[in-house]
Amino acid sequence: MYRLKRQFLAGPYLLWIAGFILLPLVFILYYAFTADGSFTFSQVAAIADPVHRKALFLALKLGFFCTLVCLLLAYPLCLILSRFHFRHQSFVVFLFILPMWMNFMLRILAWRLLLSNSGLINSLFELIGIGHVKLLNTQLSVVFGMVYDFLPFMVLPIYNSMARINKDVIEAARDLGANSATVLIKIVIPLTLSGIISGIIMVFVPALTSFVISDLLGGGKVLLIGNVIEQEFMQGMNWHLGSGLSVVLMIFVVVSMALLNTFEKEGGSAAVW
Amino acid sequence: MLKKANLPARLSLLSAATALCCFAAACGQTGNDSETGAASKEDNTLVVLNYGKYLDPSVIRMFEEETGIDIKLEEYESPEEMYTKFTSGSIRYDVVCTSDYMVERLISEGAVAEIDFSGFEYYENLNPEIIRSAQIYDPESKYSMPYFYGTLGILYDTNLVPAEATESWSILWDETYADSIIMQNSVRDTFVPALRLLDYDINTEDQGQMEEAAALLIEQKPIVYAYYVDETADEVAAGNAAMALVYSGEAAYAAELNEDLAYTVPKEGSNLWIDSWFIPKNSAQKENAQTFLDFLCREDVAMVNFEYVWYGTPNLKVMEQLDEETLADATIFPTEEILSNCVVFKQFSQDTTDRYNYLWKMLKSE
Amino acid sequence: MVKKAVQRFYLAVIFLFLYLPILVLIVLSFNNSKSRVVWGGFTLKWYASCFTDETIMSAFTTTLQITIAAAVLSTFIGTLAAIGIHAMKKRNKAIMLGATNIPLLNADIVTGISMMLLFVRFTNLGFVTVLIAHITFNIPYVILNVLPKLSEAGRSTYEAALDLGASPLYAFYKITWPEIRSGVFSGFLMAVTMSLDDFSITFFTKGAGVNTLSTMLYTELRKGIRPELYALSTILFLLAFLLLLVMNIHSDRTGTAAVR
Repeated sequence: MYRLKRQFLAGPYLLWIAGFILLPLVFILYYAFTADGSFTFSQVAAIADPVHRKALFLALKLGFFCTLVCLLLAYPLCLILSRFHFRHQSFVVFLFILPMWMNFMLRILAWRLLLSNSGLINSLFELIGIGHVKLLNTQLSVVFGMVYDFLPFMVLPIYNSMARINKDVIEAARDLGANSATVLIKIVIPLTLSGIISGIIMVFVPALTSFVISDLLGGGKVLLIGNVIEQEFMQGMNWHLGSGLSVVLMIFVVVSMALLNTFEKEGGSAAVW
Repeated sequence: MLKKANLPARLSLLSAATALCCFAAACGQTGNDSETGAASKEDNTLVVLNYGKYLDPSVIRMFEEETGIDIKLEEYESPEEMYTKFTSGSIRYDVVCTSDYMVERLISEGAVAEIDFSGFEYYENLNPEIIRSAQIYDPESKYSMPYFYGTLGILYDTNLVPAEATESWSILWDETYADSIIMQNSVRDTFVPALRLLDYDINTEDQGQMEEAAALLIEQKPIVYAYYVDETADEVAAGNAAMALVYSGEAAYAAELNEDLAYTVPKEGSNLWIDSWFIPKNSAQKENAQTFLDFLCREDVAMVNFEYVWYGTPNLKVMEQLDEETLADATIFPTEEILSNCVVFKQFSQDTTDRYNYLWKMLKSE
Repeated sequence: MVKKAVQRFYLAVIFLFLYLPILVLIVLSFNNSKSRVVWGGFTLKWYASCFTDETIMSAFTTTLQITIAAAVLSTFIGTLAAIGIHAMKKRNKAIMLGATNIPLLNADIVTGISMMLLFVRFTNLGFVTVLIAHITFNIPYVILNVLPKLSEAGRSTYEAALDLGASPLYAFYKITWPEIRSGVFSGFLMAVTMSLDDFSITFFTKGAGVNTLSTMLYTELRKGIRPELYALSTILFLLAFLLLLVMNIHSDRTGTAAVR
């Protein structure tokens, strides 16, 4: 009886879901499947247009590399961090959250300053004789900015899942003669898998759909699917096409998440750190 | 017992009330907008839509202090972005500044209100010749008020690029300057050099010519450092690029920052543009908007703006106060020779606009 | 020994990567020259002009208003929702959690656009639309932080208290609240973090003259870089540092993991 009444507490949220989560989705689907008032698949099919396809593939490519680099950087980092005995464990988290509280536009601005033709890094290169290197406004600089921005999203879930590992399990394995590599492969990685998957999702999705980083660090030369959609809404005035491409993007996100979740046996765990 | 058990219900009501308040507040806004706006609380607010860096912030403050009208400024980068912001209807603007062909398009779409210049105190400050030139897109000069005018050309670093070389647009395709060329992140402007190099009209609607120009731009892309808009001048002044496709005022501003910079309008010809203010038909603040436009014509205000943007001003009272050197500066006030070589943009049909947009996307995705 | 050194070196490189850009901004904020490479002497003038700059200050205020309002409201709605969901049967629970996951997993750009399409249909964009959008993407973080605490708590104690005649409010305050407090707090912090860092959703749902720091900076950066922005960076960094430090010390003292 008590439970029944307590359920009512979720009532306002239910309204909120209906009004501000589901209804907007209905709107975007409506726009995506209509043109001039009649039903059509053409807006969604527009993804097959060479220009849009190219932008989507580029976003997938850069998103993939960004995720890979984040994972390769973050995993060893978490291994090292989990072995250090900080007096305050939360201090580590603090160091990663801190940059996030400073506006990410400003951090991107900093990289723009560092990477530009007359920037600090190029000045340094010229000083030590490497000469001028094209850094800014390339695909590489976009990936770089993404890695910088999204690295904490990879570190935090992995670090949390590592911190939860019972040290006795590792001790036991060692007592039974396992070397470090075996412990890592047989115990640590499987036990942190859910953290890894959360991390991958939390990095890959924003990287795949980003448009700001490619805009600010790509100099208008790197067109990702996110940029195409943004331009259809903000400049091209074709909201139907923009919505159609957004729906395609949504499908890609859902599919990649479904694929990832097959790796995780438990399933259903929230992808938040 | 009954009363006690009601707590969850009461709490959920409270929380629902919060949600409702948000709804109501959001809807309240609509309510105001559908009215003529006479009694709304936004009564004394003027929503201004303008290019970035195109209005000195101190002018806004002066206007607010003198008239008690609050200004909400929204900025955009390209005329196409402005058109979307304007027509999407998500924000209702009271007074808008944009370029010639966009004014023409919006007038033809019936979105522009007539301006009652008879009530203006300072409209006479404006150069009648410029007003006449603006009749290309506003034949009776009743929908728009010229703000600034200028040309499109090449800003270059004299230490790196010889002046003669900038006489032709082909310098922008010169591979010795790879990674030091900045183009405009705006469809029509970036197409100008390509179209003129091919000796086509910058207002061409011929599909073949458009595609040829696009191919030329795709060929150029590998040596382009970036496609920027308002940061172009700063980037060149900071030494990040040797040259850039810019509007004349950007060049004058950059030359103030770095004296090694110069500006040329290549001999193949270019674009002459006139930016104008207009008042949308659906503005609920037409009178305040006119007060604002009149205020912009006042000589002290126009002077502050001129020294902020460095474009050619149509304000005669401002020109009277300028020294010879400034008046003779072809970067600010284009000479007859340059003007005779330049063409004003015309509006395109929707089909052509779509086609340009597609070619633009194609260039960017290369 | 070598291994330790390598580990320390690796840590140093990662933290250099994270903090070097911030350091550059801080150094430039004291540079008495507009140049980005040349040191023109020490100055505080950018700070002075930053504080008098209306664009920056109004964006700063708006950001604070939106962040705090959105975090408070979403924590309130979210906590209640979590309690409600916790009391639900398995199927309903799954449905609610599924819907909760939508804004979390959907791309920001899609969430922003879909909300814009909705708002444009019914109202003008403005402060309120941004606030609603922020609340919407904040609630899931609150729910997902509170729910685990509720599961740990178990509901029998609460029901026992009611059976013994405690008022629901009293039972909640005495039994449920202490159990979920840390979850509510970290949910609140997550909401603040997400609101502060959001760009895409604000970008699509904001109206004329309403700018958070993110959208203001996006417009400003495309107009060229002003030294006042360096000063702003330093101020924001210091503020974040102090706030998080205070909260960390506080949470260490009370023994709860505040920032997760």
